Amino acid sequence: MAQEWPLWEVFIRGQHGMSHRHVGSLHAPDADRAIKNARDVYTRRNEGVSIWVVEAAQIAASNPTEKGPMFDPAKDKVYRHPTFYDIPDDAGKM
Amino acid sequence: MYAQMIKSEATQDDPEKLAAFQARIDRGEKIEPKDWMPEGYRKTLIRQIGQHAHSEIVGQLPEGNWITRAPSLERKVNLLAKVQDEAGHGLYLYCAAETLGVSRDALTEMLLDGRMKYSSIFNYPTLTWADMGAVGWLVDGAAIMNQVPLQRTSYGPYARAMVRICKEESFHQRQGYHLLLKMMAGTDDQKRMCQDALNRFWYPALMMFGPSDKDSVHSAQSMAWKIKMNTNDELRQKFVDETVPQAEYLGLTVPDDGLVWNDARGHYDFTQPDWSEFYNVLQGNGPCNAERMAARRKAWDDGAWVRDAMLAHGQKKAARRKAAE
Ligand SMILES: [Fe+2]
Ligand SMILES: [Fe+2]
Repeated sequence: MAQEWPLWEVFIRGQHGMSHRHVGSLHAPDADRAIKNARDVYTRRNEGVSIWVVEAAQIAASNPTEKGPMFDPAKDKVYRHPTFYDIPDDAGKM
Repeated sequence: MYAQMIKSEATQDDPEKLAAFQARIDRGEKIEPKDWMPEGYRKTLIRQIGQHAHSEIVGQLPEGNWITRAPSLERKVNLLAKVQDEAGHGLYLYCAAETLGVSRDALTEMLLDGRMKYSSIFNYPTLTWADMGAVGWLVDGAAIMNQVPLQRTSYGPYARAMVRICKEESFHQRQGYHLLLKMMAGTDDQKRMCQDALNRFWYPALMMFGPSDKDSVHSAQSMAWKIKMNTNDELRQKFVDETVPQAEYLGLTVPDDGLVWNDARGHYDFTQPDWSEFYNVLQGNGPCNAERMAARRKAWDDGAWVRDAMLAHGQKKAARRKAAE
């Protein structure tokens, strides 16, 4: 079997000042071609004004089996949210 | 459907792990590529998503057949855009399948050597321009019935691909119906073409949902795993109930003497398709099986040197960039 084109992950920024978002992946022989392919595969209906592509092999990811130790510590820190703090209505809009 | 007769794979995993996995699915959690999953879940999904992807790609052929002969520039760009979307659908789905640990080339080769299938519907010929209307209206219409619930399927990448696909699918069905509406306002010959298209595509469209699976153990397993959301009969009934009034609005007659509204059930009663024809088409003996596979094989073989050349060029550029660093 011939060698396959590498896999690229595609990130697109939409019209409204949002950050780039992961939309999917595709195969391409190089970065230029990956951007052109991403244009055809992921922005046929004006979904974007900017494209990033990253070779999938270059992405480091957190380990799903360590989801607990990684993210649980944030769970009990309710004081990081504004609703934790009771402010009387009389103090005005805040 | 686009994925027909998918047999669930037996699973020989640790029962404790299996129970925990099932509990995640029952809680409505999404399973992601690197999560633990039973071998049977992985293999069944590869087969199902792969067959769905192959169907999107092979499905371009019967419509591609008419692009150069569309009756107006407007219809030509409509059809071109529709067929291009189907290529995109195939790509979204191949990507989803690849997250399960199978390569793109391996999937293609399994299609080409007959180990994987595509939907029976694409083995029927598209004989007249009215068929472009019937395909959009009925074939994409049937696909929508099954793809909409699959947006909630348990496997994350598959669900996300379905969300993208469903966003694009409605245009496909509407452009087909619109085409038929225009033709039905035309000459007697045009009306006859529309009726003929419905006559030929009605039962093959009903076959897309696959034979009744209400007693199938494979379907029960797939439904427990939430990679199948409804029984084939449920979806087929829903399709008939929605499509019959649309046919009436067009002024077309559904080719079924047994078709009658059943007040007690709140559904149409209808005649089942000839299932021996369905099995025969799946075996490779439909009117266009050989032609479709020959077209896929030719595209794959003739494109080999292009894929190799582009890869070599990409690698040369990367090496140059490295040397310049
Ligand atoms: Fe599609
Ligand atoms: Fe479609």
